[in-house]
Amino acid sequence: MLYKTISKANFKVFINEVIAGNVTIAPKMTDKDSEGNPVYQFQQVYAFDEIALNYTKTYSSLKNFFLPFKESLSTFQFDKNEWKQKIEYSIHPRVIVGVRACDINGLLKLDNVLMKGKYPSPYYVARRTNTFLIGLDHEPMADCFCQSLNSDEALHGFDLFLTDIGDKYFMQINSSKAFNLFKNVQINDIETEDEEKYIAEKKRIASLFKTRVAITGLSNLMDIEFESDVWKKWGDKCLSCGTCAMVCPTCYCFTVTESIDVSLKFALKEKVLYSCNLVDFAEVAGGHNFRPEPATRLKYRFYHQHRGFVESYDEPKCVGCNRCGIACPAGINPIDVIHDLRMEDVK
Amino acid sequence: MSYEIPRENIAAEPFMAGPPDFNRKSRLMQTDKVYECMITNIVELTDMEKLFHLKIMDPGESRLFTFRPGQFLMLELPGFGEIPISISGSSAIRERIGLCIRKAGKVTNMLHKARIGTKVGVRGPFGTHFPLERMVGHNILLIAGGLGLAPLRAPIYWVNEHRSEYADVAIMYGTKRPKDILFDYQFDMWGKIYNYDIHLIVEEPDENWKGRVGLITELFNEVDIDPHRTYAIVCGPPVMFKFVCNHLNQVGIPMDRMFVTLERRMHCGMGKCCRCMVGSTFTCVDGPVMDYWTVMNLKEAI
Ligand SMILES: Cc1cc2nc3c(=O)[nH]c(=O)nc-3n(C[C@H](O)[C@H](O)[C@H](O)COP(=O)(O)OP(=O)(O)OC[C@H]3O[C@@H](n4cnc5c(N)ncnc54)[C@H](O)[C@@H]3O)c2cc1C
Ligand code: SF4
Ligand code: SF4
Ligand code: FES
Repeated sequence: MLYKTISKANFKVFINEVIAGNVTIAPKMTDKDSEGNPVYQFQQVYAFDEIALNYTKTYSSLKNFFLPFKESLSTFQFDKNEWKQKIEYSIHPRVIVGVRACDINGLLKLDNVLMKGKYPSPYYVARRTNTFLIGLDHEPMADCFCQSLNSDEALHGFDLFLTDIGDKYFMQINSSKAFNLFKNVQINDIETEDEEKYIAEKKRIASLFKTRVAITGLSNLMDIEFESDVWKKWGDKCLSCGTCAMVCPTCYCFTVTESIDVSLKFALKEKVLYSCNLVDFAEVAGGHNFRPEPATRLKYRFYHQHRGFVESYDEPKCVGCNRCGIACPAGINPIDVIHDLRMEDVK
Repeated sequence: MSYEIPRENIAAEPFMAGPPDFNRKSRLMQTDKVYECMITNIVELTDMEKLFHLKIMDPGESRLFTFRPGQFLMLELPGFGEIPISISGSSAIRERIGLCIRKAGKVTNMLHKARIGTKVGVRGPFGTHFPLERMVGHNILLIAGGLGLAPLRAPIYWVNEHRSEYADVAIMYGTKRPKDILFDYQFDMWGKIYNYDIHLIVEEPDENWKGRVGLITELFNEVDIDPHRTYAIVCGPPVMFKFVCNHLNQVGIPMDRMFVTLERRMHCGMGKCCRCMVGSTFTCVDGPVMDYWTVMNLKEAI
């Protein structure tokens, strides 16, 4: 890692140059909600001034730029009784500006599943390696609990990471791609004063967290409280709509559908993001469903977050963004569910 | 002047060239590429089940393809879907992949309409296998209920191909009705030539049935089990393997010497879609073959 600073004026020049040469995605204010609060979304931008660097939280996560809701796995071209399979990967370079530490950590968890291990996913690898990520520190919202999950700081997984220290940014340069871009923009070596400001800003941000979720021992608690009534309490509220998994930065499960084009000349095999809360998630031929009740499915989602994933990768899958809690139409959020589970433990 | 981020064309990476090899890591970036196969033979076993013989069309790919008894494939029927199917046949024969398939839904119904010469795709092999090396020198109980005989055929062949390395081998097979018995033409061969002790039982006999009647566990009255020298492979629905394994456990066989296969919904075979998860494990990667001790201690398994 290389540490530099860049003045805010130069950063603007830099970003405009980046926008001129690449598809650039950044947080934009797209709407106002019923209470007049701004609604932000990651979208393509065409000028620096469109970017809302001080955005609060996007409703859905960055995940969908790497795992689109629907994606072609392959096509089959038919020719009489013959067919040929064709596979294509998306390799269009792009830049994403203003990514928060929790979202970068979310991507790192997806990297574990989809880039490493025995079966890397080329579809994901193609998108991930062709995305240039510029991260940005920010103040937590009242319901953010990423600090509890060690996700409030990103150590890698980005190209640049910025921290606001007044009239300039403290900048971490994490790739040679990123370093090369600064050939023509002035950046400065860090001075003692920058360092002090950086540390102070980090401390200030860390002190602003209002929501805490006790994670210690949670993994074992998931096992011990497998039959707990807490699952029924929350599960009975669950509408099995799957929204929680859609907005979650680290939920990656999917279904596969195949369809034949009306011309009968080709078939399309597509991957569609799914949710373990949906009723037929574990249903097999003949109609047997391994998780028939909403409660068993809700429990399984938490079990994977805090037990299954931990067994595979030594860390929980959840990054603590509370997007699922905000989006859930039934008012189910991980803060309350985990709190309830803990209370069970005390009894 | 503008900055252009260079393109990373992963499709141009050297490991992307050449046929996929699911047994080796180097080529695994082509995780969704299928081996093109031809159906070379179809055997009608019952009203509901057919045995398909597949041949990988590309000789190079065919050479790469090896599997171990207990592993499964993802069978692709372009335009209809992809389904997990256990490999039911000898792992020593490369030219012929045997799959015993029951009509159950969209893809399997289409398959049952397929004719010899139809082209299908396969990916794999995937999953864990029966640890037959560990069983060398021991007696083996090969126990199946219903369609469970399909995955059991691979170890049946394996043990025969290494017959001198194993001691007494018994096959116990139970079905609902006599007409549900799969591979009925093979039991004579398995008994006389392979020198296996064969035991069959049905729950609902017809007028021609002269064999035993009852649940599969009744067959244990006929077999002497030496618990210190015996391994068991049990394939069938969870209720069945639970009863069988509990019985074997009472007889004294340790739970980690009994192996069962689990079945869950699957859409990838590679630990990615999460559809097959049982508690904290993926049936497609950590299974389908698991020892009974592991299964007993898994949340959601039985
Ligand atoms: C490891 C393993 C080995 C298997 N081996 C055999 C075998 O040797 N012979 C055999 O006849 N059947 C076997 N099955 C079951 C077989 O996969 C299902 O019968 C088949 O998927 C049904 O597909 P369908 O499209 O006809 O049914 P539909 O009900 O139309 O299913 C739609 C889709 O759901 C999924 N699905 C449905 N049921 C299952 C299921 N039980 N398991 C996994 N995915 C499912 C598939 O992706 C399928 O395409 C095995 C299953 C597993 C998990
Ligand atoms: S808080 Fe919810 S949406 Fe955010 S990472 Fe955790 S489970 Fe996913
Ligand atoms: S968003 Fe809420 S109601 Fe919908 S599936 Fe998730 S927990 Fe259930
Ligand atoms: S089949 Fe997709 S994770 Fe096991």
